[in-house]
Amino acid sequence: MSDFETVAATENQAARRGPSGEPGTPNQVGAANKPRSLAGDAWRDLRRNPIFWISLALVVIFTLMALLPGVFTANSPNDCLLSRQHAGPSGGAIFGYDFQGCDTYSRAVYGTRASLLVGALAALGTGIIALVVGMLAGYFGRWVDAVLSRVIDVVLGIPLLLAAIVLLKRVSSDSQWARIGAVVFVLALLGWTTAARVVRSSVITAKEQDYVAAARMLGAGNSRIMWRHILPNSLAPAIVVLTIALGSFIAAEATLSFLGIGLKAPTISWGQDIDTGRIHMREAATPLIVPSTFLALTVLAFIMLGDAIRDAFDPKLR
Amino acid sequence: MFRYILRRLLQMVLAFFGTTLIVYALTFAGQGDPIQALAGERPVTPAQRAYLTEKYHLDATGVGGFFYRYFDYVKNLLQGNLGESLTGRNIGDILQQAWPVTVRLALIALAVAIIFGVTAGVLAGIRRASIFDNSTLVLTLLVLGIPTIVLAPLAQYLLGVKWQLFPPTAGSDPTFYALLLPGIVLGSLSLATALRLTRASVAENLRADYVRTARSKGLVKRRIVIVHVLRNSLIPVVTFLGVELGNLMSGAIITEGVFNIPGVGFNLFRGIRTEDGPLVVGIVSVLVVVYLVSNLVVDVLYAVLDPRIRYE
Repeated sequence: MSDFETVAATENQAARRGPSGEPGTPNQVGAANKPRSLAGDAWRDLRRNPIFWISLALVVIFTLMALLPGVFTANSPNDCLLSRQHAGPSGGAIFGYDFQGCDTYSRAVYGTRASLLVGALAALGTGIIALVVGMLAGYFGRWVDAVLSRVIDVVLGIPLLLAAIVLLKRVSSDSQWARIGAVVFVLALLGWTTAARVVRSSVITAKEQDYVAAARMLGAGNSRIMWRHILPNSLAPAIVVLTIALGSFIAAEATLSFLGIGLKAPTISWGQDIDTGRIHMREAATPLIVPSTFLALTVLAFIMLGDAIRDAFDPKLR
Repeated sequence: MFRYILRRLLQMVLAFFGTTLIVYALTFAGQGDPIQALAGERPVTPAQRAYLTEKYHLDATGVGGFFYRYFDYVKNLLQGNLGESLTGRNIGDILQQAWPVTVRLALIALAVAIIFGVTAGVLAGIRRASIFDNSTLVLTLLVLGIPTIVLAPLAQYLLGVKWQLFPPTAGSDPTFYALLLPGIVLGSLSLATALRLTRASVAENLRADYVRTARSKGLVKRRIVIVHVLRNSLIPVVTFLGVELGNLMSGAIITEGVFNIPGVGFNLFRGIRTEDGPLVVGIVSVLVVVYLVSNLVVDVLYAVLDPRIRYE
């Protein structure tokens, strides 16, 4: 079983069992007499790691929140009355109302969607660029590798926030989807380098394996070897890096929205709400604290999840 | 070594032209009639128009003209001539006033990272898998995971507004005390990274052969750690902190904006808010150069400090 499949299986099982799940029955990889594989070892470690379960539970909750916000709150986030400005909790609005008189909690719940969407799409875009570049550089080596590695170095040398500011200032459209698309594009364009390096190094390891030589002897072409043999075996580390990147993309999106150049008004985003709450913190603190907590928990959940999986898979750290 | 520095230098030049080209292309090129934009609503006489066209080489069209003006922009940038903001102030003057404040803030943040991060990192590295080690790991993960836009306003609210331990905002000509809380917030991220780096490095070096030799010679543990291990394991930490100083000088946009500190980041923050295009572009261009140069210096420093690392 390849590493990637194991990671996927791990996540599936965990999702089914939920956060309170007891350590699974010992039907895992290599639990029998044969020596345990790296994946089996990793899974054994993960199962005992409380951080893994906590972060997984948070990821599941926030994903559900993004898909079905109506389940978590009955109030509409756009039902705002200035007469309720900074009013205390009432009628389902458990954290009271913000500066515009909107339900603070409901806005935070509905803000999940934009954040996760941007984070996931940016991670997807990053993953595609990183896989293509890393695969080409790692598989073909020589001048292809030299050129692509220098491109990676140069892009890595560009400060993300500054470049994003310049790029996003250029986007004048205020339409909801145009802004989401622009933020995703900018984050993916600037954020793919780390993942590409990871893919490159794992492709270099994978292409020396015997099964690749065997496939080549059986007459498989370059594209078939890359797609069917090397790709599945070099995905796992990339997915771990991308999980962590997803968290940092969510933070980056919130930062850009906070600055006023990311997502804009009709889209509900935590970054904007934090900015508004920050300005009025002396009058009411909950409109600042609630979206801040949501944002911090989401980012943490993805970063901790990736970190836990990486620690489990990296024997050097044990 | 020489070849490495040369290659690194070439790379930086590439990155410099790459980023400035992007900045230039996105902000100055293709934005209607720049002469009319300069004049605002007032009419432009043909003589003025001809003069400005001549002066800024606006008559050269196509790719050649674009690059001609791009190199004009790069030349001005390298000479420190950044033009004027929309409010009519010289951007060079703005930066000159803002820079000392930002440097002070960055130094406070760096001091916080060194004093707490490196010390705790050494302790955690020596006592691996202890309660102290595990709790610092979880704490640093928390700090690394919480974005500045959450940390800065919350620290401002709790410590500045609610409990009133620190002044919530700094204002013009800030005192050391007013910069302390923002410095801690800004430094917390570097603190966490420095701690993890020190810990990993100390733990790795403790297992090295020369430590075993020192121990078998009968040296006390304290001496082994201070004289032998620390000297070797602080190399990556020193270089990291060098990079961080560069980042801190340019990356304090949010912290300076939230705490109202009149530094470089604050001016950029305000420029974005007030849609002051020239100010944003001027500051970003300078910051990109600072970032690239500090990265270069640190990479070279790393190669000098640690001869074990081989560059082809």
